[in-house]
Amino acid sequence: MDILNALVAFANFVLIPATAYGAQLALGALGVTLIYGVLRFSNFAHGETMSFGAMVVVLVTALFQSWGISLGPLPTALLALPFGIAVTALLLLTTDRVVYKFYRKVKAAPVMLVIVSTGVMFVMNGVVRMVVGTEDRRFADGARFLVNARDFKAWSGLDEGLAIKTTQVITVVVALITVAALFWFLNKTRTGKSMRAFSDNEDLALLSGINPERVVTITWLLVAALATIAGALYGLDKSFKPFIYQQLLLPVFAAAIVGGIGNPLGAIAGGFVIAFSEVTLTYAFKKVITYLSPDSWSPDGLVQLLSTDYKFAVSFAILIIVLLFKPTGLFKGQSI
Amino acid sequence: MTKPDMKKSRAPQYFLAMALLISAVGLLQSWNSALSILNMGLISAIMALGVNLQWGYAGLFNVGVMGFVALGGLAVVLTSMPPVPAAWSAGGGRIVAALVVGVAIIAGAAVLWKKMPKGRTRGLVLTAFLVAGFFLFRFLLDPAVAAIEAVDPAVSGYLGGLGLPVMLAWPVGGILAAGAAWLVAKTALGLRSDYLAIATLGIAEIILAVMKNEDWLSRGVKNVNGLPRPVPNEIDLQNAQWFLDMMTRFGMDPTTGSSIFVKLLYALLFLAVIILIVTAMELALKSPWGRMMRAIRDNEVAAEAMGKNVTGRHLQIFVLGAAIIGVAGAMMTTLDGQLTPTTYQPLRYTFLVWVMVIVGGSGNNWGAVLGGMLIWFLWIEVEPIGAWIVNVITSGMDDGSAFKAGLIERVAYMRYLTMGVILLVVLRFSPRGLLPEK
Repeated sequence: MDILNALVAFANFVLIPATAYGAQLALGALGVTLIYGVLRFSNFAHGETMSFGAMVVVLVTALFQSWGISLGPLPTALLALPFGIAVTALLLLTTDRVVYKFYRKVKAAPVMLVIVSTGVMFVMNGVVRMVVGTEDRRFADGARFLVNARDFKAWSGLDEGLAIKTTQVITVVVALITVAALFWFLNKTRTGKSMRAFSDNEDLALLSGINPERVVTITWLLVAALATIAGALYGLDKSFKPFIYQQLLLPVFAAAIVGGIGNPLGAIAGGFVIAFSEVTLTYAFKKVITYLSPDSWSPDGLVQLLSTDYKFAVSFAILIIVLLFKPTGLFKGQSI
Repeated sequence: MTKPDMKKSRAPQYFLAMALLISAVGLLQSWNSALSILNMGLISAIMALGVNLQWGYAGLFNVGVMGFVALGGLAVVLTSMPPVPAAWSAGGGRIVAALVVGVAIIAGAAVLWKKMPKGRTRGLVLTAFLVAGFFLFRFLLDPAVAAIEAVDPAVSGYLGGLGLPVMLAWPVGGILAAGAAWLVAKTALGLRSDYLAIATLGIAEIILAVMKNEDWLSRGVKNVNGLPRPVPNEIDLQNAQWFLDMMTRFGMDPTTGSSIFVKLLYALLFLAVIILIVTAMELALKSPWGRMMRAIRDNEVAAEAMGKNVTGRHLQIFVLGAAIIGVAGAMMTTLDGQLTPTTYQPLRYTFLVWVMVIVGGSGNNWGAVLGGMLIWFLWIEVEPIGAWIVNVITSGMDDGSAFKAGLIERVAYMRYLTMGVILLVVLRFSPRGLLPEK
């Protein structure tokens, strides 16, 4: 029995990666949920929006690096983040004026807007491909580890080294700041309150003199920030692959719906529920169990419940279970 | 002349234009390319017909097209490949037992859910039952999988198929897709439309994950090559005296001729399937059943008040549409001659089919066929056309310039942008599509 080593192994391969991944999903799901709450449709282009935002961050990072600007131990990408948000906001606002605004005016059915968003998805996908191509890019620089496995072993005397990547810590810290700022905005400022009022009851909000177009504009600005940050953090943590974001669409939607679509608090909870289930169910527990079991015994197989290819199945299964038993999600959905 | 009649008369012109476009490819590029576009266009048209049945007739939003297409492909392997006796004796029985036990566990869980009184005990018992069942299932499955995948992994490592004629795989593909669709529909129909969409998106990813991961079933990412064909091989044709005689009569090179001949045979087969499906769908649309479907689509509440079983009809039409998509998927894999699970991408196999349906005209079967052919044509031809335009624009620059090379490289990705723009323009300015519903 070696509980400490088992704990470290568990933290290394489940706890820390799942927390970082959960924060990324939560930010993605917040974007989906805001659009749903205010504009009332499921935005299928959200994955591509994340991809686009991350792409701008990657390009600006490269530019800064070529100028020799850096943040020391922190990744340069953090400096590039505001530029990524600005360009993405420009793209989203343009898309809204050129594409979505018309459908709001004619009061099109929500499913029509979903189909429209698939058209936007194609366009954004094409733009990203044309700008950066299809290959992988690593753009994380600065210190690679906050806690290094070898140093940790030397310090603690354990067999199992704890490794915490800088990007994982940055992910969690940036996500925390972003979420705090978002909630402050939604709950404390006049504009944020008008957004929530609009989401709760459109007609009543219109009667009390809230300008709907202003609410929509602010929503897109928030979505641009959330999507860019989510996309850039995911890219920092793994690597920037333009197409990976499309595959993130399912877990992101699952997180939003599981939490209760339209509910920001739910989106965060949903993100972590999905991330922890995915990582736990697809992790091979052999190492942890070997530490926990009596001396000479160790399991034959990998003790992996599901192969990693089935991580989508996990998001999907949770989604279906929640939809069947609690269709409004863990938190009551449909309100900001 | 009334307005609907005028619209009706546009269909022949559009199809004539489509034929001219494909002929232009034949004259400017090669007849081989033209026939390739025709064949995949016909298959795309069938996929579009399936989506049109679900969306145009019933307003169901299915974004899991890719999964049903892939299941059709799997059906080809399972039906037509010869069985691998060594793999069957290594673990075939155990796999079958594991699958039977798996189904029994799920059925048992459903029975438990129905029979036990509501409350916390039911939840706990059910969870315990499912967890125990999962471990039993894996206990049965895992050794068999390892044994099968160890059998000559370079060439087989899977159970193989039934060794039946490959054409039989087409209806089997439909049945497999229908089965998966029934499962999705049972759980997700009756939820809001965007939840159904997310559920179908999920099921498609899971089907793909199974096909990539379960090597004993589909060889996973090692692909299955050399699928049997319903038409003769080009090489055999080139060695057959009657074919050589025919080619001399037409004055054609036997190598090109044989490949064109094979593609023509495929085109005939695909045309036969399209005619069958369109006829059946048109008859269904004009029948009382079709009227009921449109009544449900246009006003669910009113239809329900008239005593129509809305959810039941939705289930029916969702399964039928998925079956048609499955048939198309099986046809596509037959045409390719191989099953490569990694090539299935949602943009290409789900959302592109949606572009076809919307551009063609949702609710109109001829529109779906036209949309399928036209969008497939553009998907293939946008790239050469773009490259040609770039070459004309940059003809003044010297060949080594980075700007020109960059432009040419970027044009390769133009098809995604073009498809998005086409979809957005059609939705905005002609939401009923090229051939609107009558």
